[in-house]
Amino acid sequence: MILDLDRFVREGEPRWQELDAVLTRMEKHPYAAVGVAELERLHALYQRTSADLLRVRGLHSEARLRQYLESLVSRGYTAIHGVTQRKKVSWFGWFLRDFPRAVRRQAAALALAMALFWGGSAVGAGLLVMMYEERETLFPFAGLATKPSERVKRETVERSKVVAEQTGRFSAHLIQNNTRVAIFTFALGMTYGVGPTVLLFSNGVYLGAVAMDYVKDGQTVFLLGWLLPHGVIELPAIILAGQAAFLLTGALLPRGRRAPVGERLRAVFPDTLAIMGGVAVMLVWAGLVEAFFSQYHEPVVPYAVKIGFGVLELGGLVAFLQMAGRDGE
Amino acid sequence: MASDGLEIRTPEGVPFSIPLAGAGARMMALFIDLLAILAILTTGLSVFRAFERLAPDVIGGIITLAYFGVSTAYGIVLEIWWNGQTLGKRLFGLRVMDRGARPARPAQFLIRNLLRPVDSLPALYLLGAASCWLTRHRQRLGDLAAGTVVVRTGVSVRADWSQLGREKYNSLREHPALAARLRQRTGPELAGLALDAVLRREELTPEARVAVFGILAERLRGLVEFPAEAVEALSDEQYVRRAVEVLYSTSR
Repeated sequence: MILDLDRFVREGEPRWQELDAVLTRMEKHPYAAVGVAELERLHALYQRTSADLLRVRGLHSEARLRQYLESLVSRGYTAIHGVTQRKKVSWFGWFLRDFPRAVRRQAAALALAMALFWGGSAVGAGLLVMMYEERETLFPFAGLATKPSERVKRETVERSKVVAEQTGRFSAHLIQNNTRVAIFTFALGMTYGVGPTVLLFSNGVYLGAVAMDYVKDGQTVFLLGWLLPHGVIELPAIILAGQAAFLLTGALLPRGRRAPVGERLRAVFPDTLAIMGGVAVMLVWAGLVEAFFSQYHEPVVPYAVKIGFGVLELGGLVAFLQMAGRDGE
Repeated sequence: MASDGLEIRTPEGVPFSIPLAGAGARMMALFIDLLAILAILTTGLSVFRAFERLAPDVIGGIITLAYFGVSTAYGIVLEIWWNGQTLGKRLFGLRVMDRGARPARPAQFLIRNLLRPVDSLPALYLLGAASCWLTRHRQRLGDLAAGTVVVRTGVSVRADWSQLGREKYNSLREHPALAARLRQRTGPELAGLALDAVLRREELTPEARVAVFGILAERLRGLVEFPAEAVEALSDEQYVRRAVEVLYSTSR
C-alpha cells in the first residue's frame, strides 16, 4: 500500500462530508433552483472526490472506503448530469395538437389496429350468419344467448328505470373499466404484438357477432341507437390504444435498425404517451355518454336523436383527428 | 443474467458502480405501496361514506373512480414528486433512475407504471420477476421500455475507523516488511470481514466472539508469520485487532 490512508482520510473527510451535505440537500428538493456559486462548489467537490476515488480504486483492502467514495461520486454524477427541470405542460396544447398529430404520424400502426379490429368484426358477423342455429356458442356471456328482440323489450321497459337511479355509479364503472382495458391493451404491446393482436381481433369478433345478431333479428335501429352515442368514441379509443401498443411492438423489433432497443423505445415515447392521453379523455367522454344517454331508449329518447348524435360525434372525431394541429406540422 | 451493479464511466473517466435493487427489496417495497394504497382508499372511503346518504349515486361513482385513480396514479405521481421514489421505495432505500444513472424524466415514470399490467401477468408479477432475473440490469418489462433501473440509493456512510480502538503499541508494526506483506496478501473480503468483526465485536455473544476471532486469526496468521516475540501472549482477538490496524492504516 503506497497511500498513507490515515492522512488521505483526514484530508479528504471534510470535503466528502461537505459534498454529502450538498447532495442530500439537492436530493431532498430535486426541483428547487440551485445558485451558480453552489453549483460551482458542487462541481469542484465532485471532481476532487472523483480523483480520490481513482486513488483508492487500486487499493486491495480498501473496499469500504471505495464503496463510500463510489456512492458519493455516483450521487454527484446524478446531480450534475441529470436534468430535473420541471416543465410546464400545456394540457390544451397537448390534446388539441400533440394527440392528433401523433395519431396521424403513426398511420401504419393505426391501420394495423383498425384492420385487426374491423377484420375481427367481419369474421364475427360472418360466423354468426353461418352458424345462426348455434349462435350462442359465439358469445362470451350467457346473457347474450337470448334473442335480441327479447333483450330489447326488457331494456326498453325495465332497464331505463334501473339505470336512471344509478347513472353516476354506472358511468364511473364504465370509465374505469374501459380505461383499464385500454391500458392493458397498450401494455400488451411489450409481448411483441401478440397480446394486442389477440385482444383487438377477439373483441372485433364478439362485436361483429353481437351486431349481426341484432341485425338478423330486425333490431338494427335499436342497435344503432344503443351503440352509436358512446361506441363511436369508445371503440376508436380501444383501437387507438392498440395503435400505441403496436408502436411499442415496432420499437421492440429491430427491422434492420442498428439503434439499441432502449433507444428505439424512447423514440416512440412521445407519440405513445400523447395517444394514450387522448384515449383517456375519449374514454371519460364515452363513459359519461353511455351512462347518461345511451341507456335511455324510446320513448324517453327517440332513436333518431341518438343515432344523429352518434353520427355527429363520429364526424367530429374524424375531423378532429384529421385536421387538428395541422398548423406548423 | 442479472449483474449486481450499474457500471458507469463519467466523462472525466472515473468508473463507478451503483448497486441495483434486489428482487426481495423490490417486492417488499411493492407490498408497502399496496398497503399505502389500501390505507389511502380506506381513509378516503370512510370520508365519502359519511356523505353517501346525501347523494348515493354520485358518491358511489366517486368511490369507483377513486379506487381506479388512486391505484393507477399512486406510482406515477409519487415517483415524479419524489424523484423516483414511492413510499415503499423510500422505506427500503430504492430509487428509479434512468439507465444512464441520471434522474428519470416524468415520461419515463409514466411509461414504466402504465406497463405494470403486463409485468403482473399471469399473476403475482411473474413476468416482471422473470424479466428482472433474465435482464442484465434487473429490469422488469416496464423498466426496459422506459429505460429505467431500480437502484439502491447512495448510502454515503463511511466506516468509522476511530472505533477500531487503537492501542498505543502495536507489536506487528515493529516489523514493517512483514506488515507490508500482510497488507499485500490480505484480500478485500478477508480485510472487510476482520474490520466488521472488530467494529461489531460488542454485538457478539462471548462464545460467538471467541469462535469468530479464532477463525479470523487463523486465516490471518496463515498469510504471514510474524516473529514469536511480536505475537506471543496475544489472544486471537488482540491479534486480529492489531492486524486490522495494520491493514487499514499506514501511519506509525
